Amino acid sequence: MSQDTVNIIIDGVEIQATAGQTILEAADAAGMYIPRLCHHPDLPPGGHCRVCTVKVNGRPASSCTFPVSEGLVIENDTDEINAQRRRIIEMLFVEGNHYCPSCEAGGNCELQALGYRLGMLAPTLPYLRVKRELDATHKDVYIDRDRCVLCGRCVRASSVVDKKDAFGFENRGIKKRLSVDAVHGLGETAVSAADKAAQVCPTGCLTVKRVGYATPVGRRKYDKTPIGAEIEKKTAKV
Amino acid sequence: MAKPLVATGFFTGCFGCHMSFLDIDERIIDLVELIEFDKSPINDIKEFTRPVDIGIIEGGVSNEENVEFLREFRKHCKILIAIGSCAITGGVPSMRNTVPLKECLEEAYLNGPTIQNDGIIPNDPDIPTMLDKVYPCHEVVKIDYFLPGCPPSADTLWAALVALLQGKEVALPYELVKYD
Amino acid sequence: MAGDAALVTQVVEQFGRDRGRLMDIARALHAKLGCLTEDTIGDVADALGMRRVQVRDMVSFYAFFSRRPKGKTVIRLCDAVPERMKGAEEVARAFEEALGIKVGETTPDGAITIEHAPCIGLSDQAPGALIGATPVTNLTPADAPKIVQALQDGKDIATLPQAEVDLNLRKPGPVIFAPMERGTAIRAAVNRKPEEVIAEMNKSRLRGRGGAGFPTAMKWDFCRKAKGNARYLICNADEGEPGTFKDRVILTECPDLLFEGMTVAGYALGAKEGLLYLRGEYEYLLPHLDQVLAKRRHLGLLGKNIVGCEGFDFDIRIQLGAGAYICGEESALIESLEGKRGAPRDRPPFPVQKGYKNQPTSVNNVETLCCAARVLEMGGDWFAAMGTRDSTGTKLLSVSGDCKHPGVYELEYGITVEKLLEMVGAEDAQAVQVGGPSGQCVAPKDFGRSISFEDLPTGGSIIVFGPKRDLLECMRQFIEFFVEESCGWCVPCRVGTTILSKQLAKILDGRGTRADVQEMEKVANTVKTMSRCGLGQTAANPILSTLRSFPGLYEARLKKDDFVPPFDLKAALAEGCAITGKQPVLED
Repeated sequence: MSQDTVNIIIDGVEIQATAGQTILEAADAAGMYIPRLCHHPDLPPGGHCRVCTVKVNGRPASSCTFPVSEGLVIENDTDEINAQRRRIIEMLFVEGNHYCPSCEAGGNCELQALGYRLGMLAPTLPYLRVKRELDATHKDVYIDRDRCVLCGRCVRASSVVDKKDAFGFENRGIKKRLSVDAVHGLGETAVSAADKAAQVCPTGCLTVKRVGYATPVGRRKYDKTPIGAEIEKKTAKV
Repeated sequence: MAKPLVATGFFTGCFGCHMSFLDIDERIIDLVELIEFDKSPINDIKEFTRPVDIGIIEGGVSNEENVEFLREFRKHCKILIAIGSCAITGGVPSMRNTVPLKECLEEAYLNGPTIQNDGIIPNDPDIPTMLDKVYPCHEVVKIDYFLPGCPPSADTLWAALVALLQGKEVALPYELVKYD
Repeated sequence: MAGDAALVTQVVEQFGRDRGRLMDIARALHAKLGCLTEDTIGDVADALGMRRVQVRDMVSFYAFFSRRPKGKTVIRLCDAVPERMKGAEEVARAFEEALGIKVGETTPDGAITIEHAPCIGLSDQAPGALIGATPVTNLTPADAPKIVQALQDGKDIATLPQAEVDLNLRKPGPVIFAPMERGTAIRAAVNRKPEEVIAEMNKSRLRGRGGAGFPTAMKWDFCRKAKGNARYLICNADEGEPGTFKDRVILTECPDLLFEGMTVAGYALGAKEGLLYLRGEYEYLLPHLDQVLAKRRHLGLLGKNIVGCEGFDFDIRIQLGAGAYICGEESALIESLEGKRGAPRDRPPFPVQKGYKNQPTSVNNVETLCCAARVLEMGGDWFAAMGTRDSTGTKLLSVSGDCKHPGVYELEYGITVEKLLEMVGAEDAQAVQVGGPSGQCVAPKDFGRSISFEDLPTGGSIIVFGPKRDLLECMRQFIEFFVEESCGWCVPCRVGTTILSKQLAKILDGRGTRADVQEMEKVANTVKTMSRCGLGQTAANPILSTLRSFPGLYEARLKKDDFVPPFDLKAALAEGCAITGKQPVLED
């Protein structure tokens, strides 16, 4: 066993992780799925959504940012934590204006998929119903802020991968919104449809034009397979 | 023993959930064995004739009449199930919720590109007064179960109904719960 | 505009084209231009080699920065709970009347804007306001037209009788307010090795005064031992917890003690630079603080070879904030110091490992650093002899609300709430908010509990609620405060606080059911458990602690029905009726 190996326990199962990994990465490698929304494997973690919160030695922490170390005892798939995660997903459904039936992302949307996996049938928290700006100024990509969950994936992708810094945030608190590096909208930015930023949106907020509804209902990513199944498949564990 | 009574109703939506209900195909024959319909557009009974066991409602609540009928459903039904996106979230009709009602009506009846001559916002006494927003059913009355989908598939509706009729908990398999 | 672009270049040059000084650059430009428009934002981005969206990200975060033109003078009327208890709303109405505008608006001539502000550190002389940077206190509705007249006559606001800030130091104690000769603590420190200074601190068992209570010696030790190219000492003077004003009193009365403590810390940590992050609301204290710093440099207590100690170089820079409660959270404060929006960081790594500019950084409260100076002067044993076993020394309490003697009290840890109430003249209190909105609402049955880390911890805010207060209404205002101040980074805090405010409003409006209370409690627990930083983790406390201590107050407002719609039918029909000229048919 190399020096870099550390042993941690997730939900009673002892797994070996590599020093420098986050809890989420270590769990993925071991075929154990920790629900997450704002995290993307190709991007640095953001810590925005808190869906990946686990209990580390009894204390809640976001697994996408927390580094592994020898002997950590982690709770992940418990009723209590999953109920909290479900409530976070519900919060996002009532914060934005999510008209699932007419959204291009339907069936491939990670927000929906987390709702399914965590057992949300209906968001019953009070709706905020706030008007959000649509930006269709770019010829190939549009922003529908009704669907934005402020995960920051596009912000990070544009900065770290595309090296364009075309996205950011503005305002704070409940008024926080996705912002673009332009005065009059996305069309003025250097963004292109081939950018990583345009590929990583977990919902239908940042969407490439003219490619929607390509897959028929029933064959979309999450129609039959729950989110996280691809990670759980990695092991023989049933 | 008498067969359980079921009522169905629709508010602001497209009637798609009822159409989906009819998609249970030949199982409708089994259904007739299992239940009896009271008020429902399926049999065209317009008023409740007695208290019913299960009420199934589709559509969001966008006007005063919707509120009245939904309250009536709540009063008559032991179990009330909201089915479909509109009943559960307001759905597509609720896209107007971020626009003031006046603006919506003016756009539709006065200023829209297809308006010829002078338009008028309809105010006939028989037309129900609109609410400021389209509300999901659970913001108007207490709802016991939700079956999402646009529409929920026939299989979803069938599975849920059968479970309820057998007094079991409604636990739907993964493929049967969708928001679209 | 070309003229502004030249000004932008000049200001950016003045701060060495350093992106890390974006707060100062934005503050300087805002002071000159009255707002930071998209044009200015673009010019700043160009001058600093940044993206427009990055500058906008930061500017749009802070309450003191406006992207639209405001009045030449901005009047910020504090509407924190202790202010409202003393008539802040009536005062706001009087200003509206005197100016013919609403709060949030600007007079048509562009002269005056009135807006609300969260706590500005004057709750002991409430209601207060900031006119520009100048505080006015003890306002009554009758003051509004007088102040407006003075502004219109072009008078210097600082000369008005209302522009008087009382010290209100009700009970000075032995640690913070005892006299000390400049340099005493520093000399005591440099006579030892830095490790020995930390050992002395360890003896004192001093814990952080911001509220969390981390042992100061341990923090310094971690920071000193962490790998890095430089170490930083940051003093957190961003006291924003509604009802806190003790740092105002320290910074007014004994800034030398604070700078002494910062210098001692600098020596112990091996830091060359200390930064005092001063909340924007305290800008009026800046000239005096700068004078004290200049004097200390002159006396050889700052700068190179301090007190003649070869190689001990340390200096202090003051950074002004721009209106954001979250910047009192240490990692958000560091982000803000680096010229960014004040969003907290995920931990680990902790600031002592990677803090300011990614280097080991110790962030300490104003009061903590004052205590540290005194520990070096008097010894750790002397300090540890006061207070309780786990909470040594004294604590400054900022007392406001329904009491006869509001102000600052320096008291030994362990004092009971009951004793405190007696001292401040509030024996009839129905409840006491210990630790501000993020703390606990304590009921009379618990007045025997003590102010200490092991029982009732507090950063210092004590708000007394008299027998006639609508307690839950005050809690609603606390939740509103968190809605305003959430940074928005994480979902549970950003959305959860707004949901809680809606749920609580439903109950207080008399539309709540038992199920609504249960649902609200679940959301409150999610906000508490799942939020990223201390703000979110404590934002639900006003609800959670009153549900525990005052369940009857909720009970009394509930409807017996098992369901009540969240909206009022008549109100929901009002617009439709108005448009069509019809009347509603249904009853609510």
